[in-house]
Amino acid sequence: MSEASVRPAKDVRDTQLDAAELHARLARTWGSGRGLLAALSTVDHKIIGRRYIVTAFLFLFLAGLSAVAMRLQLARPESALMGPDLYNQLFTMHGTTMMFLFAVPVMEAFAVYLVPLMVGTRNIAFPRLNAFSYYVYVFGGLMLWVAFALNIGPDTGWFAYVPLSGPENSPGKRVDFWAQMITFTEVAALAVSVEIITTVFKQRAPGMTLDRLPLSVWTQLVTAFVVIFAMPAVMLASTMLILDRLVETHFFNPAEGGDALLWQHMFWFFGHPEVYIIFLPATGFVSSIVVTFSRRPMFGYLPMVLSVISVGFLSFGLWVHHMFTAGVPQLGASFFTGASMLIAIPNGVQIFCWIATLWDGKPVFRTPLLFALGFIVIFVIGGLTGVMVASVPIDTQVHDTYFVVAHFHYVLIGGAVFPLLGAVYYWFPKLTGRMMSERLGTWHFWLAFVSFNVAFFPMHILGLQGMPRRVYAYQAEMGWGPLNLLVTIGAAFFFLSFVLFLWNAVTSLRAGAPAGDNPWDAGTLEWATSSPPSPQNFDRIPFVTHREPLWAQRDALTVVAGLAVDHREVLVTSVTEARPDLRETSPAPSIWPFVSAIAVGATFIASIFTPWGVVWGAAPVGVALICWFWPKGAPEDEE
Amino acid sequence: MKTSILHDVSELPTYGFGTRMTMAWGTMAFILIEGTGFAIAAAAYFYLAWLNPEWPLSAAPPGLLWSGLITLLMLVSLWPNQRAKARAEEHNLPAVQLHLLVMSAIGLGLLALRAAEFATLHVKWDANAYGSFVWLLLGLHTTHLATDVIDTIVLTALMFTRHAHGKRFSDVTDNAFYWYFVVASWLPIYFILYWTTRL
Repeated sequence: MSEASVRPAKDVRDTQLDAAELHARLARTWGSGRGLLAALSTVDHKIIGRRYIVTAFLFLFLAGLSAVAMRLQLARPESALMGPDLYNQLFTMHGTTMMFLFAVPVMEAFAVYLVPLMVGTRNIAFPRLNAFSYYVYVFGGLMLWVAFALNIGPDTGWFAYVPLSGPENSPGKRVDFWAQMITFTEVAALAVSVEIITTVFKQRAPGMTLDRLPLSVWTQLVTAFVVIFAMPAVMLASTMLILDRLVETHFFNPAEGGDALLWQHMFWFFGHPEVYIIFLPATGFVSSIVVTFSRRPMFGYLPMVLSVISVGFLSFGLWVHHMFTAGVPQLGASFFTGASMLIAIPNGVQIFCWIATLWDGKPVFRTPLLFALGFIVIFVIGGLTGVMVASVPIDTQVHDTYFVVAHFHYVLIGGAVFPLLGAVYYWFPKLTGRMMSERLGTWHFWLAFVSFNVAFFPMHILGLQGMPRRVYAYQAEMGWGPLNLLVTIGAAFFFLSFVLFLWNAVTSLRAGAPAGDNPWDAGTLEWATSSPPSPQNFDRIPFVTHREPLWAQRDALTVVAGLAVDHREVLVTSVTEARPDLRETSPAPSIWPFVSAIAVGATFIASIFTPWGVVWGAAPVGVALICWFWPKGAPEDEE
Repeated sequence: MKTSILHDVSELPTYGFGTRMTMAWGTMAFILIEGTGFAIAAAAYFYLAWLNPEWPLSAAPPGLLWSGLITLLMLVSLWPNQRAKARAEEHNLPAVQLHLLVMSAIGLGLLALRAAEFATLHVKWDANAYGSFVWLLLGLHTTHLATDVIDTIVLTALMFTRHAHGKRFSDVTDNAFYWYFVVASWLPIYFILYWTTRL
């Protein structure tokens, strides 16, 4: 290190101020300001994270409504509530929205909000990229739903298999909107992954060695890597699909040397890890909740970390099990059967560790823990049917039936949505400063738990009876009517449980009991600051000495001093041992990420209609990005 | 919550080089993303090459002249790139400016060579799946190349302004590091597109 880079401490440092003044001045330095321009320029990870969470839940409600509409159609045989065209759009919008606009973004949203707080830093790494990713995500979601409102919603299922989605069988723009939505959301997801990896590796509070990293952060870190290795596959595939449709390439056209199964390979190379991109952060939520409400540290921290990492690796060895009926070679099928069963082992290790932690602790059954326990029950059932469909003969029988629909809803809702709801109850006080109602929360849990099972368990039986997925109607003679009616009743109550949840959130936001800094007496760093946290997160960066620092240091938290007060500065530490190394500046608010997202969005949308859209869009995108990166003379730019 | 100060970080520097900085980790993550994209595109190319009884499909592989010049210039660029990185670590601004100018010129030269190459390809993207892949791989690589060349030019301009101090030198080293990836990612694409079909 050159001496030239060590500058004398001319600026104001936190060592020179008393606590009250330090808090006020840091809040001014890290604040986002007022007004529309400031709102669009903010780079505060908490504000962006909150927006991400709220937007993802809006998409959850839209996707849920589309599910309710489908269930109304299927409630009785030969229903004429809607035709096949609308039904096709609805199941495509439901799956696409749930996977790309809700499940992945909401997990990232929690990472964006929580990871910087949990590792004890003042903002996420690359905060402008973070703002950009949010706007790109919103534009992608809006584009898809506006298209649906104009009756040009995609209608080829959430995985858009060719040749159905190819130029010959799906003329018009419906599939193009789907394919381009992929580009939007994957750009957003990849950007967040870059931020999370860098934040976790380089911005942890001093003393937070990797073996003191909260399990929730471990899951977000592994997820970020899975995103990085999985999502380029679907971005490339959807780009190739658009090219086939728009400029007559032949990637997926067997008549000209292309191949339809190539799409399936590329899609599922992303699509199976996608399940774990959703599931792994949820296991992190469960770990946080189980530890806090068991009143003891996690049983088997090291096996838990190793399980999370091995799930990340194994998630890439499973994709062909989605293609067992597509005629893959027998040896390949056997390999992927083995891998699919193998992943049950690290997942099982996690479940046993949670049970052991609860067993050895003094569990406090508050709403977050109820959802965590509900997760364990439902996910285990989904896991059992998962082991069943990992077997080629069984999969061949139940492929494309409601058995599979039941399986993946048990895995995804049980494995991700229940922990997510628990996470909302758990961290709501931190985000808002108010508690959610326990009474309504308990009602919510039981209504959701029972209605979920009423809605989805009968689907196993319907599937075994031979009812295929994605049929908009069925004849009375098939005998599927009564169970379908039961499923619809369950689905309606399941939707109602979300309305109850929304009611609880909104009323608690206005009139919930004040939360205080640490209402659950939890041990991790996000509870060491106020609720909601001030713009700077922490007045002084903690010095971590334990996995649950707040349990280890109940009287006074050890901290470091010496950071700048009058401009944005974060403490950068070494990768494994988190030794303090640099005082790096952190970018100030900027409108250019928003402008860049508009330019990128306009380019993506234009390219649906003409390949020249990419050419003409390149200039505004380039200009916006240069304006984003060009230093403006702020102290943060000039270190 | 009460706090007690355990450690003072006032004397820490405000920037460093390489993996000490957050930017290097962001750069590495983007390299992973792009590298994965290239690897998957290459895997898809081989998948079709393996599936089709003849490959390339009714077209000659692209010529060796322009691609050879591109590869040569890429390899030559490693020298000024390394010099730019080393001089930046020494905070030697005039030398950094010079080497960045050279790198910008090389980048523009590479783009010009690529433009010339596109005009001489033996197959169009809409002829067959082989043509589609030739254009896809070259198109992806050209986008990747153009992005970094523009980035290098902007950084070069920046190093001629009042902002050329402190952590900008670290930015120069990150840019140089990324250029190594540009070269390293081209070599397998070059081998796949131009040589696997000739061997």
